[in-house]
Amino acid sequence: MVLLLAITAGVLFAAAIYMILRRSLVKILVGLLLLSYAVNLLLFNSADLIPARPPLVAADSLLPPTIYADPVPQALILTAIVIGFGLTAFAVVLMRQVYSTLGTDDLNEMRCTDIPCQEVEIASEEELMEDPL
Amino acid sequence: MIALPILSPLLFGILNLLAWRSARLQKALSLAGGAVQLGVALWLLHTVQQSGIQHLQVGNWPAPFGISLVMDLFSAILVSVAAVIALVVAAYSQAGIDAPRVQFGYYPLFFLLLMGVNGAFITGDLFNLYVWFEVMLMASFVMLALGGERPQIEGAIKYLILNLLSSTLFLSAVGLLYNLGGTLNMADLALRLPKLEQGNQVTLIAILFLVAFGIKSAIFPLFFWLPASYHTPPVTVTALFSGLLTKVGVYALFRVFTLLFVQDTAYTHALILVIAGFTMVTGVFGAAAQTDFRRLLSFHIISQIGYLLMGLGLFSQPALAASIYFMVHVILAKTSLFLVAGIVEKLDGSFNLKELGGIYRTRFGVALLFLLPALSLAGLPPLSGFFAKLALIVAGFELQQYSIVAVGLAVSLMTLYSMTKVWNEAFWKEPQQSTHHPAHKPISAWLWAPTAALVLLSLLAGMLAEPLLGLANQAAAQLADPSIYIQAVLGAVP
Repeated sequence: MVLLLAITAGVLFAAAIYMILRRSLVKILVGLLLLSYAVNLLLFNSADLIPARPPLVAADSLLPPTIYADPVPQALILTAIVIGFGLTAFAVVLMRQVYSTLGTDDLNEMRCTDIPCQEVEIASEEELMEDPL
Repeated sequence: MIALPILSPLLFGILNLLAWRSARLQKALSLAGGAVQLGVALWLLHTVQQSGIQHLQVGNWPAPFGISLVMDLFSAILVSVAAVIALVVAAYSQAGIDAPRVQFGYYPLFFLLLMGVNGAFITGDLFNLYVWFEVMLMASFVMLALGGERPQIEGAIKYLILNLLSSTLFLSAVGLLYNLGGTLNMADLALRLPKLEQGNQVTLIAILFLVAFGIKSAIFPLFFWLPASYHTPPVTVTALFSGLLTKVGVYALFRVFTLLFVQDTAYTHALILVIAGFTMVTGVFGAAAQTDFRRLLSFHIISQIGYLLMGLGLFSQPALAASIYFMVHVILAKTSLFLVAGIVEKLDGSFNLKELGGIYRTRFGVALLFLLPALSLAGLPPLSGFFAKLALIVAGFELQQYSIVAVGLAVSLMTLYSMTKVWNEAFWKEPQQSTHHPAHKPISAWLWAPTAALVLLSLLAGMLAEPLLGLANQAAAQLADPSIYIQAVLGAVP
């Protein structure tokens, strides 16, 4: 089970990196999503996976059972999922805003903060008027 | 008690949200919040200095099980400097932030950002550090994009993607470390990591942390998001970011590489030293090529990060002390330079150095406000930058690391060159006919008074170099000996 999860996490990491290296913003977003899944799986795997042994102290005992599932990674994943959800939601809105402001989702056309490019700005907006897709 | 630097911005953030409709009330609240924050921070600094490391076990869970908040002298110094920056920027915002931005929640975000920054400084738990990073990032994303101007949106998307990437790397490093150490409490980890047999894996995780925090603190091969995004929002926001955000990354590097990953310093810290050299050089060369005031200053942030890392890479108590003093110096100097850039823009309507000119003639005071922190950044005596660099270089000589010292000195000279360029272009040369507005245009006192106060503080930091370096030395002593930190958090060590 651990091996299976490890391989899944590895494949997810590879897929995420492939997507992040692409030019289109939407694909990068998918890449980031996959990356957060991969990390969550990694966190899940970071403690030994022990099924059906909750870390509960029995009524007649003062100690937990000798072998029990570690609850900490699961708490971490829950937090990470919530944070990841919030960030992804914001990223989606920002990318929508990028598309409506810049008229493109191609990273190659987003160089105006690195080099001054007034001319490109006007050209790309005109293109948008002619062909919204 | 030490949760106050987190709770007070939270409280003022909420109050600002409640006062959503009234810009005037929000502005007053922000000043009050900044003042309260500064009072709390200075009081805590005093307490920590008098009675050692303070800690709080949240929810009364004993140390390695619950989340610990820990404040050693290093954290206390940074919380105090952050509070100074917060108060100054809150005052500057009164005139430096336009009405629509205030309307769309600039002030609540401001306090949430501050809460994230302080939380990262105070926490003693790695996962909790991640959470505070996210709080801070979330607020900074929105602040960066707030206003929705074209360059802003473009800068924000680059900033967002690279910082999300760095956060996930950080989180995976946390997961791997939990697998090895079985705990995320930093003091407990510091106790357990040296006993582990898998030293190579620990080093691997250390490098993962270096990359994750390296992206956030903009070190050499990972800094590209910074000059692409920092110059896009209003200069008030940039000043706040330049003072706080990258420094949180540097703080995290200092924390993990003095407390946790000290087993293989011949590899990790030597690597940090090399990166420090490259960071200084690329930053300053990048700055030399710029003609936009804010972009030039953004590249200088990177070059100064190099100096901070140099102290960490040298890894001796004097070097760490020098870095801590350097951090105080650079936060004050850098933020005031950005604030001056904002005033210049208000005067002349541009950040482009080619279009500026003649400010020395028309506005001697503004020119002076630029000159002092600029020379301080370049490291001219008797300003704070001189003492910071002197202490670093002496520490470098003690450890016979001559090459990094040589790089540091050369970069210092280059910094002076690029500050001279700004001086010549914006302040010294003839006023440009096309854009220049005459000197009658008044500058609001809300703009120049906070800037002047910050410049004055930066001057004071230079004049009080002796006691401040002493304080930094105490803080470095706590960093150099992890057992003090471990003992303070966990109690008596078995």
